[in-house]
Amino acid sequence: MTVELPRYHRLRGAYYRLEGSACPACPGRYFPPRAVCPACRTAGLRMFAFCGRGTLYSFSRVLQPPRGFASMAPYAVGMVRLEEGPLISCQLADTDGVDLSIGMPVEMVTRKLRDAEEHGYIVYGYKFRPRLGRAR
Amino acid sequence: MKTGREVGIAGYGVYIPAPRIDARTIAAAWGRSPDTRLPVREKSVPAADEDTVTMAIEAARGALRRSRAGPSAVRAVWVGTESKPYAVKPSSTIVAEAIGATPWVSAADLEFACKAGSEAMQTACAFVGSGMAEYALAIGMDAAQSKPGDHLEFTAAAGGAAYLFGPAADALALVEGSRSFVTDTPDFFRRQHMHYPEHGHRFTGEPSYFRHTLEASRGLLEALGRVPSDYRWAVFHQPNPKFMRKVAAELGFGEAQIAPGAVVDRIGNTYSGASLLGLAAFLDAARAGDRIFFCSYGSGAGSDAFSLVATARLEAARDAAPSVADYLERRQPIPDYGAYLRMTRAIRML
Ligand SMILES: [Zn+2]
Repeated sequence: MTVELPRYHRLRGAYYRLEGSACPACPGRYFPPRAVCPACRTAGLRMFAFCGRGTLYSFSRVLQPPRGFASMAPYAVGMVRLEEGPLISCQLADTDGVDLSIGMPVEMVTRKLRDAEEHGYIVYGYKFRPRLGRAR
Repeated sequence: MKTGREVGIAGYGVYIPAPRIDARTIAAAWGRSPDTRLPVREKSVPAADEDTVTMAIEAARGALRRSRAGPSAVRAVWVGTESKPYAVKPSSTIVAEAIGATPWVSAADLEFACKAGSEAMQTACAFVGSGMAEYALAIGMDAAQSKPGDHLEFTAAAGGAAYLFGPAADALALVEGSRSFVTDTPDFFRRQHMHYPEHGHRFTGEPSYFRHTLEASRGLLEALGRVPSDYRWAVFHQPNPKFMRKVAAELGFGEAQIAPGAVVDRIGNTYSGASLLGLAAFLDAARAGDRIFFCSYGSGAGSDAFSLVATARLEAARDAAPSVADYLERRQPIPDYGAYLRMTRAIRML
């Protein structure tokens, strides 16, 4: 597995803090970040950090993982509708023994995204998990 | 020790991973009789996608949520751990980046066996107390390593807590004073290329845990002119359920003062995280004016003692992040010893 170190490093605001972009001219909010608003064509979008809460839009369980994810299997992937609007695809965390359902509240956590090989670089980034504790 | 200006805990957050392994599953794998007395019923284990960095990030986010501080006001991020994911590369920079505290921030990983987290607390207190910083974050977090088959395997657990120190006006609990007691004691060590630590058997117990915990605790009580009955709660390092109770009794603290912070009974020994998690359990329960006594222990050896008093802000801030109980109740049993070995990477992929 080759880790694309420069790309990962450049996108760490998105990976670590869920930073996308917001259009100053319309209500457009985007993740991952964009340079130009697809809705109104305004350029120079500003950085916007999503709050990390959302609901589960769709999901599936992965039993035969691709290379680089063997130690994580079985795991789940899904689409999450963020509170601010955008739909993002992501891995789901802490789903063993959990009854996943469409519309369930989820929240962003930072986890290892791929196998940390003994000699390689560890890639950390966002995943979503069933929301913990009392409603906040 | 007292700071130049008054300092307090401005926010706190915790983390305990969901997977749990039953101590009987470990005993059975090593052919122990089912009647063997085991130190704890089960222990916490990091999920395959978790390590000290991911756990520290979640605890740090909890600490910020309970505080009034924005991430860019945090001037230091110190992670105390003995389970760094990288041999060379700080964990603290990843945590600082993830919470948005970079780039105008101090950061380092601290090492002192199970005392690394409370050492970070001392340092953060001083950073704020001297006026060098408004806020400094101290984290104690471990995904403890144990040799398969060793008796530590029953208790070596994962979890910890993060404490954001800040000015008194922002405090959920004020720091009344602290004291550290350190000597060179060879009770537990690991050389660079060994995977698991070794014990210096004749140095465990009396000359190490008990001596240092008692000295630091008595030293602080004396300096403040206090006695154990002045405290509603007390927490000590908890490598197993027995040591903490014995040391508390010897100092004159009763079971009612320590029971709610005995996280070891539920999830095992979280090393650098253990005393910090216990303290968080008390902050989850304390009322304004409650005094809390804290004393850590780390092999090598040393203890840090703190005297804290809860403020009126604590109850309002409490629900902004999950409690210790929320994490204790979130349990995912690990089905068998093989799955446990795979998760802890004791089976190495060649
Ligand atoms: Zn637009």
